[in-house]
Amino acid sequence: MPVHPILSAMRHNKVGAALIGLQIAVTLAILCNALFIIQQRLAQLGRPSGTDEANLFAIANDWIGTGDHRPGVINDVAALRAMPGVAGAYVTNTYPLSNRGGGSALWIQPPVDGTRLPAADTAVYYGGEQMLQTLGLRLIDGRNFSATDIVNSTDDSQPVPDGLIITQALALKLFPDGPAVGRGIYIMGWTRTVPVIGVVGRLQGPFVSGGGDLGGANVDNSVLMPYRDVGDEAYYVVRARPGQLAAVMKAAPQRLLQLDPERLIEKLQSFSAARAAVYHDDRGLALILAIVCAVLLVVMACGIVGLTSYWVSQRRRQIGIRRALGATRPGIVRHFQTENLLIVAAGSIVGVAMGLAANLWMMSSSALARLPIVYPIVGVIALLILGQLAVLWPALRAASVPPAEASRTV
Amino acid sequence: MLGYYLNLALRSLRRNPALTALMIIAIGVGIGASMTTLTVFRAMAADPIADHATQFFAPQIDAWGLGPNGPNPDHLSGLLTYIDATALMRARAGERQTALYKTKFAVRPPQSQLPPLRAGARAAYADFFRMFDVPFRYGGPWSSADDQEHVPVVVLSHELNDRLFGGANSVGRVLRLDEREFRIVGVLAHWDPVPRYYDPQDAFGGTPEDVFLPFTAAIDLHKHSSEGGPCVALTPPGWDGLLRSDCTWLQFWVELPTRTDVARYRAYLTDYAAEQQRIGRFHWPPHVQLRNVRQWLVYQHVVSNESRILVLVSFSFLLVCLLNAMGLMLARIMRRAGEIGVRRALGAGRAVVFAQCLIEAAVIGVAGALLGLALTALGLAALRALLGSDMRVLSHMDPADMLMTVAVAIVATILAGLYPTWRATRVQPAWQLKAQ
Repeated sequence: MPVHPILSAMRHNKVGAALIGLQIAVTLAILCNALFIIQQRLAQLGRPSGTDEANLFAIANDWIGTGDHRPGVINDVAALRAMPGVAGAYVTNTYPLSNRGGGSALWIQPPVDGTRLPAADTAVYYGGEQMLQTLGLRLIDGRNFSATDIVNSTDDSQPVPDGLIITQALALKLFPDGPAVGRGIYIMGWTRTVPVIGVVGRLQGPFVSGGGDLGGANVDNSVLMPYRDVGDEAYYVVRARPGQLAAVMKAAPQRLLQLDPERLIEKLQSFSAARAAVYHDDRGLALILAIVCAVLLVVMACGIVGLTSYWVSQRRRQIGIRRALGATRPGIVRHFQTENLLIVAAGSIVGVAMGLAANLWMMSSSALARLPIVYPIVGVIALLILGQLAVLWPALRAASVPPAEASRTV
Repeated sequence: MLGYYLNLALRSLRRNPALTALMIIAIGVGIGASMTTLTVFRAMAADPIADHATQFFAPQIDAWGLGPNGPNPDHLSGLLTYIDATALMRARAGERQTALYKTKFAVRPPQSQLPPLRAGARAAYADFFRMFDVPFRYGGPWSSADDQEHVPVVVLSHELNDRLFGGANSVGRVLRLDEREFRIVGVLAHWDPVPRYYDPQDAFGGTPEDVFLPFTAAIDLHKHSSEGGPCVALTPPGWDGLLRSDCTWLQFWVELPTRTDVARYRAYLTDYAAEQQRIGRFHWPPHVQLRNVRQWLVYQHVVSNESRILVLVSFSFLLVCLLNAMGLMLARIMRRAGEIGVRRALGAGRAVVFAQCLIEAAVIGVAGALLGLALTALGLAALRALLGSDMRVLSHMDPADMLMTVAVAIVATILAGLYPTWRATRVQPAWQLKAQ
C-alpha cells in the first residue's frame, strides 16, 4: 500500500486528522494510567489478611468510666471462651482489616536521638496466649506467648514486655542474615531492646488500603505484644466454630451486657464485613475508572466513525475516479485503514508521552508507583484495534462507491 | 433575525440526526463526568468559613527534634504536646485561641431506665464558639472564667438535646457524663460544617460532636483523646506522665486577623521554642510553623488521592469529548460548504454566516448541557453508592453548580465550534458554485 496518496489526502484534512490524533493521544494517556490504577487496586483486594476470616468477628467494647478494667476484661474473655460455638477469644487494641489502630517505628541499633533512620515501620497488635490460635496464625519459629508473659496495658501505661512475636515478612526485613528469634529490637520509643521470642507467618496490619507508614509495602509488618488491653476501650476478637459465626455474633454481646451492663457495645463486625468496608473505596474507584475507560473508548470510536464517514462522503468523486482507474474495492478499504493506522500511530506516540507525564505528576502528588511499560503497550494495541474496527464501516461504504461516480457532476 | 437563525439551525441539525445525536452525547457525557467529579472535589476542598479561612492558624512546634525523621513533609507533628498547648493558651498571644481535642463520654439519659449512650465530645476553650461562629439555639458558650476554674459545664448539640430532652430548653439542667455531673449552659442550633475544618485529622468521618466541654474540665477527668495512637513510654506512667511527655495529641487554633498579627505570632512561636531550648527542654534550634485553615487542609491531605485522580481523569475526558465534538462539527460545517456558498453568493456577509454557525453550535451546547446535567445527577448518585463512606457531602447538587454546568457546556461547545465556524466563513462563494 503506497503511503504517498494517503498523506496527500490527509494534507487536505489536516485539522480533522489532528483532532482524531489528539483524541487518541488523550484517550491513551487516560487509558494506560487508569488500567494501571485499576490493576493496582484489584491486586490489593485479593491479598489475604493471614487470618481465618470466615469464622472471625470483633466486638468493640467501651467501658463507662476511666481507669483499669482488669477484672471486667478477665471475666469477659473467660465468658466468651466458655460460650458454645466459640473456638477462641482474646482482648486487643485492634484487629486485621479494621483500618484503625496504631503502629511504631522500630530500630535494631539504638535510635540515638532520632538521627538514625528506623529499620521499619510496623503495626502493633495486643493479645495474649490465645491470639495465634484464635486468628489462625501459623507459628514458624520460636514459641508462642505463655500466661506468664502477659502484662496489662491501660490507656496511659504500657510496661516494657519481656518478649514479642513478629511476622515473617518483618523478620526478613530486619534480620535478612539469620533467625530473628533471640534478637532484640527497639520499639514504641523504649530505650531498651525487647527480644523476639517467636515468628508467625502472614499477618497484615490493620491499614490494608492505601499507602501511609503502615500500608503499602509495610502492610505485612506486624508486631504482637503480650498485652491484655484493660484500658477504657478495647476489642474482643472471637473465633467461632465453622458454621456458628452468626449465632455466636448474636449471643456474644448479650452475654457481655449480662455480665456487666456498665459498658457500651459500640460495634460488632465480622472480618468479612471488615474486608468489604476497608476495600470499599478501592473497589469503587476501580469500578468508576473502568466505566470511564469504557465510555471513553466508545466516544472515541464514535468520533472516528463520524469523521471518517464525512471524509468518505466528501471524497466520493475522487474514490469513483480511483475505482474507474482500476483501484479494487479491497484497495479502497485498505486506503482508509492505512490512513487510520497512521493517525492512531501518530496519536499514540504523543499519548504515551502524555501518559508517562501524567504518571509522573501523580507519583509526585500521591503514592502511586511508576507506570510499567506494558500498560502503554497494551493501550496502544487496544487503540489500534479499536481504530481499525471503527474505520471498517465507513471504509466499506467507500469501497461500495461505483466507478461511475467519477462521471457524475454532482 | 435570531429566531430565523434558530430555525435554520434546528432544520440543519435535523438533516443529520445521527451526527447531531453523536455531538450532543459527546458533550453531555464529557460535561456529566467532569461536573460530577468537580462537585466532589469542590465539596471536599471547600472551607465553609471562607471569610475566615485565612484568619485561623494552626501552630506547630517541633517537640521531638527528629530532624529529617520527623513525620509530614516538614518533619513536624500535626499536633501539640500538653506542655506547649497550655503554654500557648497562657500566653494568649493571638486575638483568640483555643487548644482542643476530641474525646467521648457515656451520657446517662435523664430518664434513668434508658441505657447510657455514647457521645462524641470536644474539649475546648470558650473562644472556640466565637472563633468558628457556632450558632446557639438556647443559652450560650461558657465563660473564660469557667475555663480558668475548670467548671464542669457542657454545651449540647441540637441533635443530642432532641434525643435527651425532646428539643426543650435544657439550659440549667444537670447531665451525667460518665460518672460526673455537668450543668448544661447552652444548646447549639443544627451545626455540621463539612469538612470539619477545625479537626483536620478527621474532617470527613462520622458525625459532629454531641457534647462540648471546657478543656480544663476534661483534663481534670483524665479524658484521653479519641484520635491518634496511644502515647507510650511515659515517665512516670499514667496521666501525669502524659501531661509532662513530649507526646503530641492536642489541636490548637489561633485567630490572627491581620498580616502584622501573623508576623508577630510567628515571632512569638520562634521565641517560645528558643526559650525551651535555653531552659534545656529542646536540644535543637527552634523549628515552628503557622498555617491557616486552607493551607492546613492541603497539608493534612484532607482531600483524598481518589478524588484527585478522578478530577484529572474526568477533565481529560471532557477534553476528549470536546475534541470529538469539534471534529464532528467541522465535518458537518464543511459538508455544507455548498449551502454556505449559496448563502454568501445571495449576499450574506461573513459576520452573518459566522453568527449562524455559532448559533448552531450553541443549540448543540444547550442540548449537551441538559444531557450533562442529567448525567451529573446520575453520576453523583453512582458515586454516593460506590464511594459511600466519607461522601455524605454529596447529598445534593446546588443551583449554582447546575447553572455552572449549563454555562460550561455552552461556552465549551461554542469554543469548540469557533474553528469550524471560522473555516465556514472562509468559504469562497464562487468556488463552491463552480464546483456544483
